[in-house]
Amino acid sequence: MIDTLLAGIIHGNTYALVAIGLSLIFGVSNVVNFAQGSVFAAGTMSGWWLIAEQHWPLWAAIAGVCAFTAVLGLAVNLLAVQPLAKVPPIAALLATYAVSVVLDNLSQVVFGPDTRRFPQALDTLNFHVGGFRFGTLDVVMFAVSVGCILLLGGFLKFTKYGQAIRATAQDSDAALQMGVPVGRVRNLSFMLASALGGLAGVLVGMYNSNISPSSGTAAGLTAFTAATLGGLGSLPGAVLGGLALGIVEAFGISYWGAGVDNLIIFGVLLLVLWLRPGGLLGKVPLISAEPLTGTFLGGGRPIRLRWWQALALIGVAAGVVPWVADDYQLTTGTQVLIFAILALSLTLVSGSAAQISLGQAGPMAVGAYTSALLVGEHGWPFLAGLFAAGLAAAVVGTVLMSPTWRLSGHYVSIATLGIGAVTVAAILNLDWLTHGPLGITAIPPPSLFGHQIITPTETYLLDLTVLLVALGLVVRLQKSFLGTVWSAVGADETALGASGLRPADYKALAYAVGAFVAGLAGSLLAHQYSYLDPTMFSPELSMLALTIIVLGGMNSPFGAVLGAVVLVGAPEVLRMAQDARLLTYGVLLLLLIRFRPQGLWARRA
Amino acid sequence: MTAERSPASASASASAPAPVLEVAGLARSFGAVRAVNGVSFQVRQGEVVSVIGPNGSGKTTTLNLLGGLLTPDSGEIRLHGRRIERLPAERRAELGIARTFQNGRVFASLPVADNVYVGQYAKLKRTRPFPRLRHLPVLRWLPLLAELLLALVQPPTVRREQSEAAARTETQLARFGTRLLPRADHRAHTLSYANRRRTEIARALALEPTLLLLDEPTAGMNQTETAEVLDQLLDLKAEGQTIVLVEHKIDLVMTVSDRVIVMDEGQAIAAGTPAEVRDDERVVEAYLGRRRAQREEASR
Ligand SMILES: Nc1ncnc2c1ncn2[C@@H]1O[C@H](COP(=O)(O)OP(=O)(O)O)[C@@H](O)[C@H]1O
Ligand SMILES: [Mg+2]
Repeated sequence: MIDTLLAGIIHGNTYALVAIGLSLIFGVSNVVNFAQGSVFAAGTMSGWWLIAEQHWPLWAAIAGVCAFTAVLGLAVNLLAVQPLAKVPPIAALLATYAVSVVLDNLSQVVFGPDTRRFPQALDTLNFHVGGFRFGTLDVVMFAVSVGCILLLGGFLKFTKYGQAIRATAQDSDAALQMGVPVGRVRNLSFMLASALGGLAGVLVGMYNSNISPSSGTAAGLTAFTAATLGGLGSLPGAVLGGLALGIVEAFGISYWGAGVDNLIIFGVLLLVLWLRPGGLLGKVPLISAEPLTGTFLGGGRPIRLRWWQALALIGVAAGVVPWVADDYQLTTGTQVLIFAILALSLTLVSGSAAQISLGQAGPMAVGAYTSALLVGEHGWPFLAGLFAAGLAAAVVGTVLMSPTWRLSGHYVSIATLGIGAVTVAAILNLDWLTHGPLGITAIPPPSLFGHQIITPTETYLLDLTVLLVALGLVVRLQKSFLGTVWSAVGADETALGASGLRPADYKALAYAVGAFVAGLAGSLLAHQYSYLDPTMFSPELSMLALTIIVLGGMNSPFGAVLGAVVLVGAPEVLRMAQDARLLTYGVLLLLLIRFRPQGLWARRA
Repeated sequence: MTAERSPASASASASAPAPVLEVAGLARSFGAVRAVNGVSFQVRQGEVVSVIGPNGSGKTTTLNLLGGLLTPDSGEIRLHGRRIERLPAERRAELGIARTFQNGRVFASLPVADNVYVGQYAKLKRTRPFPRLRHLPVLRWLPLLAELLLALVQPPTVRREQSEAAARTETQLARFGTRLLPRADHRAHTLSYANRRRTEIARALALEPTLLLLDEPTAGMNQTETAEVLDQLLDLKAEGQTIVLVEHKIDLVMTVSDRVIVMDEGQAIAAGTPAEVRDDERVVEAYLGRRRAQREEASR
C-alpha cells in the first residue's frame, strides 16, 4: 500500500517535471508543444551517453543534459514555433508535432534503435525504514524534482524574468504593451521547459534502467495527460496533475497488472476532457478567440480536376498500371491505395471542418480488428466485414469523441490523440477478443462472390475500387450543402452557432464519416497483411495520414491520393529504411507548414 | 379563448404591441469586473432600441448574453414570453434571434453567397428532417444521419429547397445594391472591411429573425458607408424588423431609434426616447458630457 503510494509519487514527480514544461509553454506561447516528450527522450539518451560512454560524474552529466536540452528547446522555438506566431495556432501545433518526429528519429539514427542499460549511478535498495525498502536513487529523484519545482516557483514569483513570464502567460498583448520583451520571455520559457524535460529524462532513465530512443512518445503523452489533468497552462496544476496521475497509475498497476498503464493514462486523459476539460486548476477560455485553422491550412483552393482528367487518371490506374507493373510494384501500389483511403478519411474532418485529428490510427485499428474477427472467426462474407469495419470504426470513434465536441481547437486535437492511444491500449488489454499483444493471424484474403482475391493484381484492383468509392463519397459530400456547413464550422464555430446550427453536431458528423472511411482502410489492411497486432496502429501511422493530407492539400480529396503516392510510394520505391522515412516525413511536414501550407494540390487562397 | 379576450386588452395590445424581448435583472461578472450589473428593459414588436454608453460599459456583454454566447450569472431573458437565458446560442437563433459581432465574424474561407446561405440553413425543412429530435441526446443522430443521407442522395425535394434557398440568398445580397451581388463568388476574407460587415448583416437577416442584434455595425466605416447603413436600418425598420442596436455614432442612433438605453459601468442609467435621453443629466454626465467637459476644460 505505502510502497505503491511511494512509487506513484516518485513517478508522478517526473511526470510533473515534464508536464510543467508543457504548461509553461502553453501559457506563454499558446502552443501545445508536442516536442516536449522528444526533448525528454533526448535527455535520457544524452544522459546515457555522458555517463556510460564519457564517464562523467552524475552531477556533471545532469548539468550537461540540462544545458543541451535547453539549447534544443530554444531551437524548437526559433525554428518551429516562433516563425508561425502570426498564423493560427494549429500551424504551430503541427510544427511541434513534426519536430517531435524529427527528434525521435534523429536520435534513433544517431544512437541506434535498440534498448540499452542505463548505468546504475545510484543505489536502488540500500535503505530499510519501517517495513519497506528504497534507495538513494528514490531519495535523489524525489529531492531533485521537488527542488526544481520549488526553484522554478521561486524564480517565477520573485525574479524580474519570472514576473515577465507570468505577465506574458496572463495576457501576452497586454504584456507586450507594458514593455515586456515577449519574444525573449518565450525563448526563456522554452529553455526552462526543455531543461526540466531533459532532467526528467535522466532521472527516469536511471529509474527504469532500460532505455531506448523511442521512449519520447509515451513520455510526452503521459506528460500531456498530467498537464491536462492539472489544467493546461497552470503550473501548480501540472504538479498536482503529475502526482495524481502517478498515484492513480501505480494503484491501477498494482491491482490489474503492468499491461494497463497506457489504458489508465489515456483513459484519464479522455475522462478529463469529457468531464472537466479545464482540468483541476485551469479553465477553458470563455469565448473562443480565433478559429483554429482559419484560412491558413484549409485556405488553399483545391485545384479541380476536370471530368475527363479524372477519367484519364482512373483509366491509367485501373487499365494501365496492373499490366505494366510487376508484383512488387503492385503490392506497393496497394499500400499507396490503403494509405490514400486513410488520408482521405481526414479530408472532411480536418480539411473542411478544421478539426485536426492526431489519432486516425484509432478508427483504422477498430475497422481492421472488426473485419478480421467477423470475416476470419465468424465467417462473415468479406463485403459485409468491410462495411461493418467502417460502421464499427464510426460508432466507436463517435462515442469516444462525443463529449469533446463542445470543445474546440487544441482540446479536440488532444482528444483525438487520446483516442488513437486508448484504442491501441484497449486492443492490448482485451485479450479474449483481440489476443492482446500476440495479435490476430491467418486472416483470410478478401473473397468476392466465392472468388478469393489473392494475386497482387486482384488485390490492387479491389483496393482501387474501394478508394474510388471512398473518393466518390467524400467528393459528393464536400460539394453538397453539408460540405458548405462543414467549411463554416471550420471557419468560425461561434458564427455558426449564432446562425442556429449546433457546431458540435456537425463536427461529430464529419468525424464519424472520417472514422467510417478510416475503418474501410483498416479492413483492407487486415485482409492484405493477413495478420494484425496493436503495434501496427502507432502514433506514427496517424502522423503519416496527417502529413499526407498536409502535403496534398487538406481540402482536396485528390490531394490525399497524390500525397499518398509521394509519401508512401516514393520511399518504397527508393527502399528507404523506416527511421529515415519517418525523419523525412517530419522534415517535410515542418517545411510544408512553413513554406507551402496550402499543400501541393491547391492554389493559395 | 376568444371570450377571454376583453375589449380593454385588445385595445391595449393595439396601442402597445406585445414585447418581443423582456430582460430583467440581467447580471454577468468576469472575475471582479461586473460587466453587466442588473439591467432590465423591454423591446416591443417592430421597435428599434439602441444601447449606447462609453467603452467598457457592458454593451457587448449585454448583447452576448442576449445572443447566448454568454450565460448570465443571474437575471431573466424572455423571448415572446419564453425563458431563454439558459439556452445555447444555436437554440436562441432557432427561436429567432440573429446577431452580428462587434469585431465582425464571417466565414472567411467561404464565398459571400455561402456565408448568407449558411445563415438560413437552420430554417431548411426538407434538407434537415426531424428538427425536434435535434435537441435530444443520442437521438439527435437520427436527424444528422438523415441529413447525411440526403446530402448523398439529393432527392428532388431537397434540390428544390436548395434552389429556393439560393434565390433567398440573392435577395439578401441585393439588399446591399451592387456592393455584394457582383462579389457573391468571392471568398469573404478577400472583401473590404465594410463589405465583410455587410456580409455579416446579410447572413443574420437570412435567418429572418424576429429579433436582430447588431453590435456596432458601422464601426470602422467612413461617412458615406455609415449613411448607407443608416438607410438600410431605416428600410429594415419600415419592414417591421425588431432591432437591438449597439452603436457609438450618436447621430445615427438618434435618427433610427424608437428608444435609447444608456449604459455605464454595467448598469442602465437612463432610458427613453432619443430626445429624452439627449437631455437627461446623468447621460450628459456619464457619456456625452465627458467630452463636453473636456472641451470646456481645454477652452478655459
Ligand atoms: N470575455 C471577457 N472576459 C473578461 N472580461 C470581459 C470579457 N468581455 C468583457 N469583459 C469586460 O467587461 C466589461 C464590459 O465590456 P463590454 O461589454 O465589451 O463593453 P462595451 O461593449 O460597452 O465596450 C469590460 O471591462 C471588459 O473588459
Ligand atoms: Mg463593445
